[in-house]
Amino acid sequence: MALEVQGLTAGYGPVTVLRGVDFRAEPRRITCLMGRNGVGKSTFLKALMGLLPAGGGTISLDGRALQGLPAHDVPKCGLAYVPQGRRLFGPLTVAENLAVGGLVRRNDPVRLEQVLTLFPRLRERLSQVAGTLSGGEQQMLAIARALCLDPKVLLLDEPTEGLQPSIIALIQDAVVTLKRQGVAVVLVEQRVDAVLKLADQVAFMVAGRVAETRDVAGLVAGDPVFRTYVGV
Amino acid sequence: MAFGPFLLLALMEGLVTAAVLALAAAGLSLVFGVMRVVNVAHGEFYMLGAVLAWAVTTMFPGPPALAFLAAVLIAPLLVAALAAAADGLILKRLNYDPEATIVATIGLLYILQQAALSLYGPNANPVTAPFEWRIQLPWFGYSGYKLFVVLAAGLILLALWLFMTRTKAGLIMRATQVDRTTAQAFGINVDRVYMGTFALGAGLAALAGVLIVPIQQAQYLMGHDPLLLSFIVVIIGGLGSLRGTLIAALVIGLSDGVISMFFTPTLAKILATLLVALVLVFRPQGLFGAKA
Repeated sequence: MALEVQGLTAGYGPVTVLRGVDFRAEPRRITCLMGRNGVGKSTFLKALMGLLPAGGGTISLDGRALQGLPAHDVPKCGLAYVPQGRRLFGPLTVAENLAVGGLVRRNDPVRLEQVLTLFPRLRERLSQVAGTLSGGEQQMLAIARALCLDPKVLLLDEPTEGLQPSIIALIQDAVVTLKRQGVAVVLVEQRVDAVLKLADQVAFMVAGRVAETRDVAGLVAGDPVFRTYVGV
Repeated sequence: MAFGPFLLLALMEGLVTAAVLALAAAGLSLVFGVMRVVNVAHGEFYMLGAVLAWAVTTMFPGPPALAFLAAVLIAPLLVAALAAAADGLILKRLNYDPEATIVATIGLLYILQQAALSLYGPNANPVTAPFEWRIQLPWFGYSGYKLFVVLAAGLILLALWLFMTRTKAGLIMRATQVDRTTAQAFGINVDRVYMGTFALGAGLAALAGVLIVPIQQAQYLMGHDPLLLSFIVVIIGGLGSLRGTLIAALVIGLSDGVISMFFTPTLAKILATLLVALVLVFRPQGLFGAKA
């Protein structure tokens, strides 16, 4: 059972960005999306969440069709999204942000406890306004908020961008833990070292399509595939 | 009357104005804060509250207090239902575009006003206050109902604050206010939130209209002044800020009461409008609003 995407097209108004994406993400695996700026990685995640209308193609999770669903129904099917730039509810407290994350699961206290165990620093900050957290704490909260949905598939858009190494390690550990718990993780990541450390497979995007998918097991830093698709 | 008692009377009148204004402006501020819709028809919801209060109390056979209680319950609900329908039929179809909704709510203003003229007529009609009780101060007597209006408005605003900060629905509204796209990614049905917010905003304006009608009488053009003053209050307080709305309503209401009594009501409006101009020049986000 997995997230399956076939021939997905989407864009912004008249501008088509995704031109027939074929993609698959499976439980207990981390699938990284790589590609140069503007190839459609973030757009792809937004289209999966229903935040951009799909022009064509299919999206299914565990056999259930997701394309065409209103955006607010997609998280109920088991998809959770951590957008680029975190997009926290800044004036709300940490506890309130987590409560919004848990709305779909009726704020299950057991789930909240699991999430706070994964990010114990947030437990100390529950009454703090989210916008006043440090960058690393904000990223932890963005992931924790998504995890309150208890998702089958977690979509992460460059979650370690601009963070200090100790926080990056903490977030990477959390992502690996989620994978072990059975979550299918889809990670937009531009840093080759992070991809080689975390991912099970990499999907390389070019001009709104997945051009090639490779298992990480056979890749090393400096592999020509990274130069071809990412330019590093 | 000596200056001191005269000032006290002016402040008491201003407090009544502030209380009703705070209720109406809170609705306007809520609608703008959550939906980013500048509702030019907001004053007409206030007018409809007053007119429906007259209709309900006229039809209700019981004693004035019971008839008024029925009006307090029924009129805001009817106006809220009308606003919900207007949201679904007009604002949602415009995808809540800020410019288009201004034009649409101007149209709604005229539709509601002319409908009231056609169905209710041009006359101003009184509504009997629920009780005839006067406080006798050493210098003058004062209507107990007016003090009841202040108390009721305070309690309603407290309930609104508790609703926004302590309930799941309030949390959903605040999250949608911050970021509607991200809210959708967490299962929030933004269309439903917008409909509820527009209904709540209109219901608050209608409630203000019901409370004021035993003091002012119901008339189909009575929505103009509350609309202007509500805009003044939310611009000074900061669009979308409930705290700012309350404080600005107190400032505008009290100054309106005092200036109207010592000078003229026109001067009070001129000074309030001048204050708005100063706020727009020096602090466009309002005294308590967040910077865009």
